[in-house]
Amino acid sequence: MLMTFDIAIIGAGIIGSACAMRLSKEGFKVVVIEANEIAGGTTSTGMGHIVVMDDSEAQFALTNYSQKLWEKLAEEMPRDCEYETCGTIWVEADDEEMAEVRRKKDFYEKRNVKTEILDEKSLREAEPNLRENLIGGLLVPNDSVVYQLCATQFFLDKAMQNGAKLLTGKRVVEILENGVRLENGDLIKANKIINAAGFWSKDLMQDLRIVKRKGHLVITERYPNFVKHQLVELGYLKSAHSNDADSVAFNVQPRMTEQVLIGSSRQFGVDDKTIDYEIAKRMIKRALEYMPKLRKLSATRVWTGFRPATPDNLPYIGQHPKLENVYLATGHEGLGITTSLGTAEILTDEIIGRDSEIDSKVYSPSRFEKKEFARE
Amino acid sequence: MDKMQTDILIIGGGAAGMSAAMSVAENSNLRVLIVDDNPTLGGQIWRSEMGKIKSPEAKKLIEKIEQNEIEILNKAQVFAQNDEKSLLAETPNGAVQMHFEKLILANGARERFLPFPGWTLPNVFGAGGLQALVKSGLSVENKRIVVSGTGPLLLAVAEYLKSKGAIILLISEQTSRMKLLKFGLGLWRIPKKFFEAIKLQSKLQRTVYLTNSFVIKAEGKENLEAVNIVQNGKNRRVECDFLACGFHLVPNIELALMLGCEIMDGNVLVDKFQETTLENVFCVGEPTGIGGVELSLTEGKIAGLSAIDKKEKAKELFTQKEKLQRFANALNETFSLRDELQSLPNEETIVCRCEDVTFGKIKDFNSFREAKLQARCGMGSCQGKICGSATEFLFDWKNESVRPPIFPVKLENLVD
Ligand SMILES: Cc1cc2nc3c(=O)[nH]c(=O)nc-3n(C[C@H](O)[C@H](O)[C@H](O)COP(=O)(O)OP(=O)(O)OC[C@H]3O[C@@H](n4cnc5c(N)ncnc54)[C@H](O)[C@@H]3O)c2cc1C
Ligand SMILES: Cc1cc2nc3c(=O)[nH]c(=O)nc-3n(C[C@H](O)[C@H](O)[C@H](O)COP(=O)(O)OP(=O)(O)OC[C@H]3O[C@@H](n4cnc5c(N)ncnc54)[C@H](O)[C@@H]3O)c2cc1C
Repeated sequence: MLMTFDIAIIGAGIIGSACAMRLSKEGFKVVVIEANEIAGGTTSTGMGHIVVMDDSEAQFALTNYSQKLWEKLAEEMPRDCEYETCGTIWVEADDEEMAEVRRKKDFYEKRNVKTEILDEKSLREAEPNLRENLIGGLLVPNDSVVYQLCATQFFLDKAMQNGAKLLTGKRVVEILENGVRLENGDLIKANKIINAAGFWSKDLMQDLRIVKRKGHLVITERYPNFVKHQLVELGYLKSAHSNDADSVAFNVQPRMTEQVLIGSSRQFGVDDKTIDYEIAKRMIKRALEYMPKLRKLSATRVWTGFRPATPDNLPYIGQHPKLENVYLATGHEGLGITTSLGTAEILTDEIIGRDSEIDSKVYSPSRFEKKEFARE
Repeated sequence: MDKMQTDILIIGGGAAGMSAAMSVAENSNLRVLIVDDNPTLGGQIWRSEMGKIKSPEAKKLIEKIEQNEIEILNKAQVFAQNDEKSLLAETPNGAVQMHFEKLILANGARERFLPFPGWTLPNVFGAGGLQALVKSGLSVENKRIVVSGTGPLLLAVAEYLKSKGAIILLISEQTSRMKLLKFGLGLWRIPKKFFEAIKLQSKLQRTVYLTNSFVIKAEGKENLEAVNIVQNGKNRRVECDFLACGFHLVPNIELALMLGCEIMDGNVLVDKFQETTLENVFCVGEPTGIGGVELSLTEGKIAGLSAIDKKEKAKELFTQKEKLQRFANALNETFSLRDELQSLPNEETIVCRCEDVTFGKIKDFNSFREAKLQARCGMGSCQGKICGSATEFLFDWKNESVRPPIFPVKLENLVD
């Protein structure tokens, strides 16, 4: 007799794992099916910055909600998750950006997010390795950094303590009405299926509007206290969300291991994961403009990853518009580590049939059925 | 960024690389450039000792190279590919782009380390590592040293340390006397090697040479104080100042891997002409399989000739190479590692030194990638060059994911 699970989750990235932790806690019989190894997809390539974003109300709501959930969960996270509330400093390079700092501060303040404006002097005190003559910055002290690979494992450990089952090295090839079909022909029976296969979620459902947005990162050897906050240039959003051109932005992260992690780049329409020197160079140059002393640091590794991006930069969270037994938790672009916890919460609410703490309709997969998203 | 242009680019100035360079220079008018990360040519065995080169053979080769005006770029470490026909190297003066028509990889080998309790204590060294330290000035006079591990390297190192005034308490070789004898009997086929072996043994005559024996533990409060050695099930404790241990060699295949050459059983796959699975990319010396100096020299000659399309002449060396290859195979078989060594580490024994990852933390994973992603094994500055070969032996894991830079490189050298 084949056992039937309440819920089968496809993908043990940070999203699928967070959903498994949350749903198993509600008493559902959950199975997580992962084609390769835990967190080996996009999750392993990301930066681990837990950041409250202000580019849209919907993005703000999900990141802010998630950040609070991380804060709460951090109390029980083991040390190897390297959770550290280092804060973000949005660095302001010129006078033009001064107005932007004010706008940003107002935005956060109105929504009860703590911030602090740093002038030139206090910015240099906070981060002595930044170049001189930067105008200042905005500190968001509750943002944090996490080692998302161990966090993913931690989520799964919790799920398994709640009775969830984990299958690794098993690829789902088809979603059925009563479960999923694996590559080896086996059928895993489940009443509900969550497609949390990151970028690959599209391989199982061609109607998903997800594209790859390639990113490069560089990590250095250990340099104690070289950088103390996550530093991001204020112009970040301008470059992050231009939907056509390749872009780079200054984005530097302190790791608990004393390494410095340097990002970030965004490219569309690139399918192979090899390192693109031209864009990597542009990205490093950008970082050197802000932090000239990075020049002498040694890089030990450069890698790339693919953010699963949607047309409106918001994830798919919720029931599939046509398939009643299928739910989606995918398309988290460059914020999936942050928003994993909020996603799991919203999806759990929907499956149980209760209201969420934040308005979750904006992430609903059915939004793409509307005219404004019609494909040309 | 500086640019250099050559016809034949050789990475590695050890026996294999120098021999390939000579072979090109003597048989053509093409330009040759040798790039090596050390201040002088010579590679592992011929690297000069305080500026003096001992081996007359090496001297001759280096002299010839200098006469032939072969271009040499020392202190330059190749860390990445620029495009199909150029590589990038870091030098003390910044990065250099090296453009070529054909490429010969001669990256040599490094020692294999295996973890056992106490192996990370100060004064526990790699055998070749200690030799290199002494060459660059460390004194071992009157130091009590245990040499352990496996392979002919142990004898060479012991003899060298002894000549520098060290007291070699004993040499502990993990392979069996039976295997050694069988190997020794095969030596008649290579008279020169045989001669070398005799010479070595005579100098070490009064040194205890234990076979079937290995160090199971190194002890000491802050520094090494003693080692525990087993032989045939019997345990003994030996007080000493230094432990020099090495478990044979691991080929440096990272550059070949990064370029996309096919690897087989841990070695770069080459055809009879030393060409890899990439057209116009050749590989010689240890990366094609641990084989020793003479095989490296012969492979170098063949690759040099093949690279300049003198294939008929290269063929004349095939018989010689086959003979040396048989010797190399016998050598590798003789010093293959015994399974008991897999059970030396305990839960707390560090496996990955860069990231302080213990055996207990990784033993339940299924692959090197898993151990890396979850426990940071191999994520540090050596990028798994040390723990990768240890975990391959301990768990049968493959670490064939190589990403540039293959050596740490200053950020400024990635951009200018
Ligand atoms: C360079 C870069 C920097 C980033 N920085 C940050 C950051 O600082 N902060 C932040 O919040 N986010 C960041 N992100 C984004 C974040 O990494 C992603 O949004 C997030 O990891 C997505 O997680 P996921 O679980 O959806 O996808 P994945 O991690 O890709 O997980 C999907 C899993 O599904 C498995 N799978 C696929 N197909 C199948 C199948 N058919 N059957 C079974 N299993 C399958 C895959 O093997 C994979 O393990 C960054 C991303 C990149 C690329
Ligand atoms: C630690 C050690 C000690 C040894 N001691 C002895 C001994 O005492 N007696 C003996 O008979 N044999 C010894 N050997 C074996 C001996 O090294 C080989 O048999 C022989 O030297 C092989 O020559 P090769 O040219 O293939 O490699 P090597 O001599 O190793 O030469 C390779 C050269 O390439 C350089 N290189 C590698 N990668 C790069 C890169 N990316 N960029 C730039 N340069 C690079 C290396 O630094 C090195 O100089 C030793 C080997 C090792 C590893």
